[in-house]
Order: sequence, then structure tokens, then C-alpha cells
Amino acid sequence: MQALTDMLLFRDVTAGLVWVGCMCIAISASFIGTFTFLRKRSLLGDAIAHAILPGVCLAFLVTATKEPWALLIGAFISGWISVFCMDWIVKYTPIKPDTATGIVLSVFFALGILLLTYIQQSGNAAQSGLHHFLFGKAAAMQQADVQFLGWLTLGIVGIGILFFRAFKVLSFQGAFVASLGWPVRTIEFLLSSLTVLTVAAGIQAVGVVLMAALLVTPVAAARFWTYRLPVLILLAVAFSVVSGTVGAYISYVAPAMPTGPWIVAVVSVLAFLSFYLAPKTGILAKQWRHRQYMQKIREENFLKALYHHGEAHLRFDDPVALTTIQAKTGDAPAVLKNLMRVLSRKQWIKHSDGMVCLTPEGKRVGQRITKLHRLWEVYLTRYAGVADDQVHHEAEDIEHLITPELEQKLEALLAFPQTDPHDKKIPYDNHQ
Amino acid sequence: MITISSEFWIICTGAFVALSCALLGCFLMLRKMALVADAISHAVLPGIVIAYLFSGQRNDAVMIPVAAASGLFTTWLIDRLHSKGNIQSDASIGVTFTWMFAVGVIILSVFASDVDLDQDCVLYGDIVFIPFDTPHTGTWLDAIPKAIFSLLAVLVLNIVLIVLGYRSLQVSSFDPIFAATSGISVVFWNYLLMAHVSVTTVVSFNAVGAILVVAMILVPSAAAYLLTHSLPKMLVLASGFGVASSVGGYYLASAINSSISAAMAVCLGVFLLLSIGWYRLKKSKFGRRLAPIHL
Repeated sequence: MQALTDMLLFRDVTAGLVWVGCMCIAISASFIGTFTFLRKRSLLGDAIAHAILPGVCLAFLVTATKEPWALLIGAFISGWISVFCMDWIVKYTPIKPDTATGIVLSVFFALGILLLTYIQQSGNAAQSGLHHFLFGKAAAMQQADVQFLGWLTLGIVGIGILFFRAFKVLSFQGAFVASLGWPVRTIEFLLSSLTVLTVAAGIQAVGVVLMAALLVTPVAAARFWTYRLPVLILLAVAFSVVSGTVGAYISYVAPAMPTGPWIVAVVSVLAFLSFYLAPKTGILAKQWRHRQYMQKIREENFLKALYHHGEAHLRFDDPVALTTIQAKTGDAPAVLKNLMRVLSRKQWIKHSDGMVCLTPEGKRVGQRITKLHRLWEVYLTRYAGVADDQVHHEAEDIEHLITPELEQKLEALLAFPQTDPHDKKIPYDNHQ
Repeated sequence: MITISSEFWIICTGAFVALSCALLGCFLMLRKMALVADAISHAVLPGIVIAYLFSGQRNDAVMIPVAAASGLFTTWLIDRLHSKGNIQSDASIGVTFTWMFAVGVIILSVFASDVDLDQDCVLYGDIVFIPFDTPHTGTWLDAIPKAIFSLLAVLVLNIVLIVLGYRSLQVSSFDPIFAATSGISVVFWNYLLMAHVSVTTVVSFNAVGAILVVAMILVPSAAAYLLTHSLPKMLVLASGFGVASSVGGYYLASAINSSISAAMAVCLGVFLLLSIGWYRLKKSKFGRRLAPIHL
């Protein structure tokens, strides 16, 4: 705990600097990453991260310094050329976007490695830190670096807010932008440039591969909690800020631990938790809803089978052997036990000694399902031109989905038909 | 007794890697799984590190199953996030492989003293030392570097896959829906292909590094794709580009005293540029005037 406050309150200046540096990178990456995510180009960050390496090396070779400005400009130019190449390849050759991304990524990176090893072999003493561009060394951040990052982040976020509406429309409805009379090329150029800048600035701290994570994972996680863009961005930033803090903290208390990978590990955990636990959109929520739905179908099918039995024997309140109904629905014994319990509790059936009997309420449900099934069959034959012998299966599925509103519309549209295509009577309530 | 120069072994190593990758790459590219291959090449890192922890040094018998397992796991996780979680495919790939790579780097850092592995080595290999790592069997086999055996074995494995599964791979790549109706399990062939990519990546990483494997998978196939419409010709062309770049790359690296594997990949890039140039030329007014008119 002490260590955490030391870091956050700058009592340990180095740790505090690393933390602030990570914050800046986290904020700009998740902010810009939201737009690349929405444009379905999440791996653009990965490609750019690999592609800046030759630019950094060339900048070093040309200026013979490791001045952050120079390297950043080199990174920016190289990154920008890679984006241009990817777009050009997709536009002017039959190569698909994913392959184009992979090609540009690997060839640029190879060029970078070629230059990097050339520099390292040349014995130039000044080159020792270049290596950190590959794996990042957050712990080596100094005040000048962090100040630089701070201004950069402010600039990126500032421009992003200034052009928010343009970026928003571009992300959701690219083609619409032109029809609004806005300069599409300029807006795309601006967004790409901000992406390249964000990646180039952040790589020194977290390294090539992991920079990609900071662009994608926070927004992928946030996406599960909201569909509104401002909230999405804020949540993505929040996730990455938390991860950045935890990552910086871990590498502070355990110096052997690398900062970048821990940040990514934390944000990935947040992402996986979001994927599974988010209400409504989460995987667990969906599975639960699916199970509820399957249960509903089983209950309704059981009542429908009882109703059919009653129709055939012209009496609905006689007890029926459970085995007879089981033969119709094909439910396993364990499922039947559960159904008996649930349906009794809902007071739709009365059950004892292997015999089961519909209550008036249960009969109503069974009757409604039967009616919907037969109405849908009429609808399919009349309006969809489906043959008589093809309609049954679909009606078996649809009968559970028709809402009361749809039910009314269907009855009105078909003008209350009395029989279905198989000449079975359609059971309406008494007042119909 | 002919002494084979280390120069030859280096080029041979590069050629074997390039051949394996080119064969796989053609199908991956057609299936639009280029970025999944990129993901796998990164995601095998934790598997490699764990294998090193268990066996203490580079032991292919341990690493290959572990690599295949991590590759399959990665493919499975990406697919699950996409289908069950409804996450867009690019983000599923991005989230999965970055997380796995991060875990790999963390394990590597924690156990750095126990693992005879260098982060740099994993990323871009050390082909220069390959010729000097020979088996000590006391027979003529000692003249051949160990890496050549494993790379040749992997190449044969890939060739067997292509030969035996050609029809299934071809159909499921071009028309997955038709393949499914014909009884070809698209899912099975996907996973099988990805298992091969994982094994190839891991066996090659010592030579060319994980990331340059991606270059060798994607670039020759893309270059070949622009030059022909026939799948067999594409496979041959891609292989040709791969081998040519091994030779070219070696000499380029020697000339400027740099990483051989990086030079091989840059060479591939040059071939791609030439191929793109040729393609655009054919499409331009000049090219069309030269081409015979097909009636």
C-alpha cells in the first residue's frame, strides 16, 4: 500500500514518472484505438508498431543522435508510409486487406531489423538504447521523456475532441462523410496520423507487440458495457488507466517484472471479465438467456402435447399417463421430473402418481401455442407460397416466438381462419 | 570428402523455412487467415518458454507438441471470442495474441535465469549459428547441422499435408460453403493448417525468428497470387520466391554485415514489389495493348 501511494504521489520520483508516462500512453492509445476498432481495423496498431522500426533506425543513421524528436519524426514518417502502402495495395491490387496488413507489417519490420542489426554491428556506441524500441523499457523513462509524452497526449486527445464529430461519422458511416461535403481524405489522413503518432510515442515504453494491445483490448472490453460512443471512449480510457497504474505498480514493487507486459496482462484480464460477465452482452448472460429460452420451449411443448391429447379425446381435464405425453415430446426422464416440478409450481398442471392433468390456466397456454402454430401454417401457405407439407417444422419453431401484439396482427391479417392447411381446427378463445 | 560450407547450410536452412512457409501461406492467404498466422507466430512464445523451462534447453521433442498445442489453443480462443462473444474478428485476434505474448514475456522475465532464451532470439532468430550446432552421433550425420534435420522433417510434413489434403484444402479455401455441403470439414482443415503453422513457426524460430516466419508465410504467396490464377502454379511460384530470397538474403546480409534472416525477408519484399509492378503493368493501357485478346 505504501508503495502504491509512493508512486502515485511522487514520493518516489522515478516510480511516479513511470506511472505518469504509462498513463499518457494508456490514455492516447485507448482514445485513438476506439476509432480504429470501430472502423474494424484493430490490427492497424500492430502493423504500425512493427512498421515504425525502419524509420527509427534511419532517423538515427541520418541524425547520428537518439534525440526523441528525431526518432519520433522518423517513426512517424515510416509508420505513415506503411499505412499508405496498406491502403494502396488494397486499392490497386487484388490482395485482400488482412494479407496487405500482414505483408506491410512483416516487410517493414524486417527492414527495420536489417537496419537495426547493421547499426549494432557497426559498433556505434550511441546506438545502445535503440534496442528498447523493440521491447520497451518503461522503467527507463525520465522527466524529459514523460513531459514529452504528456504534451503529445494532450495534443492527440485535443485534436481528437476537436474533430470528434468528423471521426465519429467516419468510423460508423464512412461513405456518408463525403455526402456531407466534408473533406474525407483530410479526415482520414488526420485519424491515421494520430494513430501513427500514438503508436510511435508509446512503443518506447511498452514495446512493439504490446502497443497493439493498448489500442485494441480496452475498447474491446468497453464495448461490452455500452453502445454509446462518448461512454465507450471514457470506459476504454478508464480500463487502460487502471491497467497502466497496476502495471506500473507491479514493476515498481518487483523490479524484475517488465511493465508493458503486465499492463497488457491486466487489461486483458479486464477484457476477458467483460466478455464473460457483462450483463446482456456477456457470454454468460447470453448462455443464461439461451437456457431460459430452451426451458420455455420445453414447457410450452409439454402443454401443447397435453392439449393435443385433450383435442383427440375431446376432454381436457382427464388425467393422462405421463408416459403417453413423454412419447410425444421425447423428453428425457430427468427433464420430465424438472418439468413436473416447474409446471406444478406455475399451476399449469396437476400431477400425481404418474398421471398428469391440465389446469384451466395450463389449457389456455397449450391452446394458445396450438393456435399460433396453426395460424402460422396458414400464413406460410397463403402469403409465403410454402407447400402444405413444408410448413410444420417452421411453425414448430415460430409458435414460441409470437408475441401477443403479433398474435393480434396475424389474426386480423388472416381474418380468423377456422382450419389450418392440414384441416385441423384452429382453437380460438370463446369470445372469438 | 566434400566439406559443405556453412554458407550453404545457412542458405539451405533459409530455403527449407521459406518452402514450408510458402506452401502453408498460399492456403492461409486464400482463406483470409493471414492475421491469424501472424497471431500464432506471436502466441507460441509462452509455449516455447514453458517448453524451455521443462527441458532446460532447446528440445524439439518437447517444444513441438507444446507449440502445436498453443497454436491450436490460440485458434480456438480467437474463434470462440468471435463466435460466442460476438467480437469482431480483427479484435478477437488482437486481444488473444497480445495477451498470450505478454504472458510469455512475463514468464521469460521471471525465469530468465533458468531459460536459455533471449527475447531477441525469439523475435528474429540467429541463423548464423545454425551450421555450427551439429549432432554428435559419430557418423556422417555430424556434417549436417541439427536444425536441418528438424526443418527438413517439418518441410516433409507440410508437403505431405498439401499432397494428401490438396482437394480438401483447395475446396475449403475457395468455397467453404460448398466444402461443407460436400462433407469436407472446414473446421478440421482450419485447425490442421493452424497446427502446421504453429509447428513450423516453432521449429523455425531459432533460425529466422517468429516474426520473420510471418513474412515468409505471407509475402511469397501474395507475390505469386498476383502472377497466376492457378493454385498449383501459385504454390510453385511462392516456393520459388522463397528459395530465391534465401539466396539473395544471404548475400545482401553479407554485403552490409547485418541480420541474414531480416535480409531474406527484405528480399521477399523486393520480389513482391516487382510482382506488384508487373501486375500493374499488365493492367495498364500499355500492358493491355500487349496482351492477346481472348475471344
